[in-house]
Amino acid sequence: MTGISIYLTIILAPLITSITTGIFGVKLGKTFSHSFTILGVLIATICSYIVLYQVQIEHHVYNGALYTWLTVGTQTISVGILIDTLTSIMLVVVTSVSLMVHIYTIGYMAHEEGYERFFSYISLFTFMMIMLVTSNNFVQLFFGWEGVGLVSYLLIGFYYKKESAIFANLKAFLINRIGDLGFLLGIALVFMYCGSLYYTDVFAKLHTIRFDILFGTNWNIITVMCILLFIGAMGKSAQFPLHVWLPDSMEGPTPISALIHAATMVTAGIFMVARLSPMYNLSETALSVIIYAGGINCFFLGILGIIQNDIKRVVAYSTLSQLGYMTVALGCGAYSVAIFHLMTHAFFKGLLFLAAGSVIVAMHHEQDMRKMGGLAKYMPVTYITMLIGSLAVVGIPPFAGFFSKDMILSSAVIAYHNHIPGASFAVFTTYASIFITALYSFRLLFMTFHGKERFLDESHHHNHEDNKHHASHKPRESPFVITLPLVLMAIPSIIVGGLCLIGFVTGKFVFGSVFNVSWIVNGFKEEAPSAIEMIKESVIHLPLYIGLSGLLVAYIFYKNPNISNKFVQSIKPIYNILDKKYYMDDLYIKVLMPCGRILGKFLWNIGDIFIIDGLLVNGSANLINRYSKILRKIQNGFINSYAIFMIFGVIIMLTFCTNLIFG
Amino acid sequence: MIMHNLLSITIWTPIVIGILILFIKNQSCIRWCAFFGALIGTIFSGLIFTKFNSTIPDLQFVEHVPWIPSLHISYSLAIDGISMPFLFLNNFITLLVIIGSTKVIKHKVALYNSMFLVMTGFISGTFCAMDMMLFYVFFEAMLIPMYLIIGIWGSSNRVYAAIKFFLYTLMGSLLMLIAIIYLYNKSGYSFNIFSYYQLPLGFTPQILIFIAFFFAFAVKVPMWPVHTWLPDAHPEAPTGGSMVLAAITLKIGGYGFFRFILPIVPDAARAMSPIMITLSLIAIIYIGLVAIVQKDMKKLVAYSSISHMGFVTLSCFMYLNNNLNVWAMEGAMVQMISHGFVSAAMFMCIGVMYDRIHSRNIVDYGGVAAKMPIFATFFLIFSMANAGLPGTSGFVGEFMVIMGAVQVNIIYGALAGLTLIIGAGYTLWMYKRTIFGNITNPHVNAMKDLNYNEFAVLLLLLIGVIGMGVYPELFVHKMQTGVENIIALAARSKLGI
Repeated sequence: MTGISIYLTIILAPLITSITTGIFGVKLGKTFSHSFTILGVLIATICSYIVLYQVQIEHHVYNGALYTWLTVGTQTISVGILIDTLTSIMLVVVTSVSLMVHIYTIGYMAHEEGYERFFSYISLFTFMMIMLVTSNNFVQLFFGWEGVGLVSYLLIGFYYKKESAIFANLKAFLINRIGDLGFLLGIALVFMYCGSLYYTDVFAKLHTIRFDILFGTNWNIITVMCILLFIGAMGKSAQFPLHVWLPDSMEGPTPISALIHAATMVTAGIFMVARLSPMYNLSETALSVIIYAGGINCFFLGILGIIQNDIKRVVAYSTLSQLGYMTVALGCGAYSVAIFHLMTHAFFKGLLFLAAGSVIVAMHHEQDMRKMGGLAKYMPVTYITMLIGSLAVVGIPPFAGFFSKDMILSSAVIAYHNHIPGASFAVFTTYASIFITALYSFRLLFMTFHGKERFLDESHHHNHEDNKHHASHKPRESPFVITLPLVLMAIPSIIVGGLCLIGFVTGKFVFGSVFNVSWIVNGFKEEAPSAIEMIKESVIHLPLYIGLSGLLVAYIFYKNPNISNKFVQSIKPIYNILDKKYYMDDLYIKVLMPCGRILGKFLWNIGDIFIIDGLLVNGSANLINRYSKILRKIQNGFINSYAIFMIFGVIIMLTFCTNLIFG
Repeated sequence: MIMHNLLSITIWTPIVIGILILFIKNQSCIRWCAFFGALIGTIFSGLIFTKFNSTIPDLQFVEHVPWIPSLHISYSLAIDGISMPFLFLNNFITLLVIIGSTKVIKHKVALYNSMFLVMTGFISGTFCAMDMMLFYVFFEAMLIPMYLIIGIWGSSNRVYAAIKFFLYTLMGSLLMLIAIIYLYNKSGYSFNIFSYYQLPLGFTPQILIFIAFFFAFAVKVPMWPVHTWLPDAHPEAPTGGSMVLAAITLKIGGYGFFRFILPIVPDAARAMSPIMITLSLIAIIYIGLVAIVQKDMKKLVAYSSISHMGFVTLSCFMYLNNNLNVWAMEGAMVQMISHGFVSAAMFMCIGVMYDRIHSRNIVDYGGVAAKMPIFATFFLIFSMANAGLPGTSGFVGEFMVIMGAVQVNIIYGALAGLTLIIGAGYTLWMYKRTIFGNITNPHVNAMKDLNYNEFAVLLLLLIGVIGMGVYPELFVHKMQTGVENIIALAARSKLGI
């Protein structure tokens, strides 16, 4: 299989299995549903690796149209496929993680209602994500973009009877829509100024409009485009202040938190900016905006992870923070590094979520870490894999996260040396976040896997049943279908960083599709380290010790809960702000939403019902009614009153006529 | 013979069958006859769709017979790119209405089916008429069946709604009649619409004619502030009535802008464009906000229709250097066709729920997904289409209009784009409250999933919605030359001629 047929296989295999399972799944049974969808994703995965080989080794890139979607005037928009280095990497990441999640789901969802539906959804998601990354134009990108949003909506609300879940999915969809508005306007501006919606045409045209300004303002047009498009990325990649949907999205089943809300969909914004790197390179202002956005996410949202007690929410805030890292890399112009972190993050964060899910299964869907503890001896595989994931997310060498995160730190430093506005902020936040990352990651590990077995108290309190039944409540290691994906995700979480380091730092792995900013290219030329050197050097570098100190603090707090309680007491005002998540949820739920509703009610009651209907429409009817009542009184049917009116009439007319004739 | 009179056949077959079924006693026979009547209309309009030559801007399938020669009124029919898609949409929706009503309407079955068949014929006539008087006759005639449908099969407040609907639309069309008579005199006693295209007109007469036509069509669209009949008419109308009302009747307003206002009074249209844009943007945002707070599902979708039709009127006035924007104009056409499918589907879905527990109130539902999973899936897809999700037809029109609007002024684009948020808000919030959640109303527990008729209707609509989202070119290339023709006509100035 070569060329277009293999690309179509990757795209269509998950779609076909998704539709088939969606329609016939319930009739054909659970075994059919999972084996058929897994087959589809497996085919897509194998083909993705073949494409990766073709692109990276044989340098076989492809950019072509499938069919004409729309013709307007002389413009044509086609559905097309772009297979280049960036796409090939994204395809591998998406399909690999998706495959793992498919397998994992067999175990996780085994006893859930809607098993078949779930498989149909995640395959549909895989299709949408593949559409997003293989697109060669903005419209198809937007299709995939909204498509993954749709499936995310469906999956967050998978437990559709649960009020919190269906609130969270509506919230996620609407907040994303705010971003999408920016995105759509950005696309429209791109079309207006570049005259095309194909990436290649747009990039070719950019230099001619480089110094143009937006009509009616004095803003550089490319800056405006870049920022509008980035607003879209802020929605999808959960950047402050559009991040509020991501923690709530944890209402969905854990496999999709791993697939959608960690590994793939939320990185779509990162992918998009990297894909449009030639455009972003032309606007330093836009890059600065991105740096600030990333820095805020990285640090301020990371902090919130420390005070969470829900195991999934800790990982969710960790995701927000890591997305901030990627965004900082984008803002520094080191797009290839951002993609590098995207890739390593997909594996280790996917792993963390899957491991958290394994814990949740063992705890019978209890997610509160305060009711866990001491699980390490019951669930060794989960424990070790989660430890690997945590070490990777903190960036301890030689785990995958170390390399990608270290390169982001270097990028920020290089940007700082090149006096990029915002770079100093980025340097501070990225370094400080290492401490925070270590703190919440290891707090999670200690609370869950070490110490007192608090779940036992719980069952004592609640179940005064016989010991036999009690024994069955002891946590057990998850079944093979759950541990296998954990192990398979743990392996890349260890090795993928070192393996791919050089490829990403030099930009070789994304050659021809992602173009780093000149200062980054030059910066990395001077100090392109090998993986071994980096591990050696890390011992004398700051980040490792920041990470270790975070670990240490987590340990101290774990050993002496009094210290942590006292610490919390001493910073009570700050703690309260953090506990309220900077009041961002309140802003949306208590301010913006009621405002919309009140405005709607006002316009409806005052505008429609009172003024238009009441005064104008029915008012005019009433007016006619009233005057016709007066006129009706004249027509009372009595001959004598008619005679009087007639006489008066004749007199008036006669006077009038006489005046006319003689006057 | 058949090939030369395709339009007449499409118009009159449903009307004739519609009248004939009034004399049938057997109910199932009535239903089958009505079904075949609508099917014939759909097949012929489909035939026209495929036979239509999209490469030439000329009128096609022309029929011309003198009707009242002394007044120069003729029976002349023809279609071009901007009317042909509606002809198909109209017959298609009527077919669905007749399929969908089989299990629901039990009372005065013959009259019900007959009214829909007669109405579909009149509406087809409205789109095909190329003689102004013929157009006016069809335009007025179609009010009668709809008036009866609301008045007889409607809910409790049906009489108020029917009269409001009738008076509102009549007011608009009477003003139009005055304009028609003026044009008739001015053009040397001609009722040919195309002779008006070439007629030189001064600025003041143009403005007056604009206002007259505007009222006729703005009421139909409906535009803010002459929209209040629609949220009253929809909840009272039976499901089929709402489907036809939303899917087709509103489109006659948009069609009127294309066919009459833009080519006949181009200078006035240009001059009035700031007001029209303002009204359209108000319709999109204000009405969208009003839709959010509705408690009655049908009212909510009615308001959503007004908001969506705001895109159509907005794009009719997107002037850039005195030229209408081609993206916006084609987008308006796509938006109208798409809205035809989506709104019909939304009303059908609400009708499905209404038939089960006889309530239109959102609070009476909740948790329907557990009882009607197939229906919930359909409803979700249509709700997403209503919210403009890419891959559904709802996206294509909004996308094209926003693309066009941004080219004229990014503020227009941004304001129109707010519908992305508001539209998703009212649609999905309604979906959440009716379909998701726990079952609170015991009646919901007794709800049964779709029957075959409902399934067939929703499936056909789904094919339309998804087909147009994935491959809009199928429709767009048919209408392209027609729209470009209108743009060229609207770009002229009639003052200098």
